[in-house]
Amino acid sequence: MAKIVVVTSGKGGVGKTTTSAAIATGLAQAGHRTAVIDFDVGLRNLDLIMGCERRVVYDFVNVIHGDANLKQALIKDKRVDDLYILPASQTRDKDALTQEGVERVLQELSADFDYIICDSPAGIERGALMAAYFADEAIVVTNPEVSSVRDSDRILGILSSKTRRAEQGEPTIPGRLLLTRYAPERVERGEMLSVDDVREILAVDLLGVIPESKAVLSASNAGVPVIMDVESDAGQAYQDAVARFLGEDRPHRFLTVPKKGLLGRLFGG
Amino acid sequence: MSFFDYFRAQKKKSAQVAKERLQVIVARERVTRNGPDYLPLLQEELLAVIRKYVEVDNDAVTIQLDREGDCEVLELNITLPDGRGR
Ligand SMILES: Nc1ncnc2c1ncn2[C@@H]1O[C@H](COP(=O)(O)OP(=O)(O)O)[C@@H](O)[C@H]1O
Ligand SMILES: [Mg+2]
Repeated sequence: MAKIVVVTSGKGGVGKTTTSAAIATGLAQAGHRTAVIDFDVGLRNLDLIMGCERRVVYDFVNVIHGDANLKQALIKDKRVDDLYILPASQTRDKDALTQEGVERVLQELSADFDYIICDSPAGIERGALMAAYFADEAIVVTNPEVSSVRDSDRILGILSSKTRRAEQGEPTIPGRLLLTRYAPERVERGEMLSVDDVREILAVDLLGVIPESKAVLSASNAGVPVIMDVESDAGQAYQDAVARFLGEDRPHRFLTVPKKGLLGRLFGG
Repeated sequence: MSFFDYFRAQKKKSAQVAKERLQVIVARERVTRNGPDYLPLLQEELLAVIRKYVEVDNDAVTIQLDREGDCEVLELNITLPDGRGR
């Protein structure tokens, strides 16, 4: 039985797709059979971030409608074993995902995978609810910024009341916070909410802090999940997050401005 | 301390302002979240009625929903400014 993990946020553009790609890749690299599903019907971005956009033949909605089976629609990653992508449909019909259809696909995947990562669309309506409904765990992606934090709190409310687990009276899923686009120098200047501020407001477990990083754009340009850029700060921060997700206890890094060495102080800007 | 530093020290850091605003709004939204859907509207309309008579802040009306046995108790708190009507 697979563990179903939703990557969600409420607000758009905070790093859900970047995170879904990185976490799924990291889990597969750790030897877990992982499928990552793009729930953002109509937009479809995950395939680009994963670098498999030219191999998309069938999509999630095709499978739900029975136009293709899962084997035909799943794209096997060429770099990492045990990693599969189920792309979103580009249909404009927002209601193309039905609860029964989603349930059937997740059930079928469950038999064959260890983890299913659901990349949620923005918002707190139908699409986002659908991505979260069957989840066993949630990663709440948040930027250190007022509207993102507020939306994350709303999503945490939804996770505790509107999922299948909540409706069936089972223990609700523990949402874990992933604070992304964190800029320590701005935090130190008092211009940006600190990780402690956000934790205090949302009162949830912290899965990780991903720094604002140029590596993310380069990775998306190339279609390589940023976690594979092992030299980069963001890549390493995502590796830590995956390790924590799998139960390892790792200290948080990239929370402070690196001290400049002597040369840096002499010549640095 | 220079003239400019003085003003800088006086001004609250924007992150601190953000944190305080978030704490207020999140606390408000959590109260009404698990209650019936009409709570936020009820809160707004009450505020509008009160404003016919007194000038009050947006957070002058607070609603708390509690459960006592099988009874739901709706607790309303209205904070009026000190003794001034319109
Ligand atoms: N840690 C980061 N550093 C810099 N840019 C980032 C970071 N995370 C995400 N981004 C950028 O933010 C934008 C939105 O990211 P995306 O993952 O598509 O968000 P979402 O799926 O939540 O809409 C993209 O341009 C992405 O490159
Ligand atoms: Mg996205």
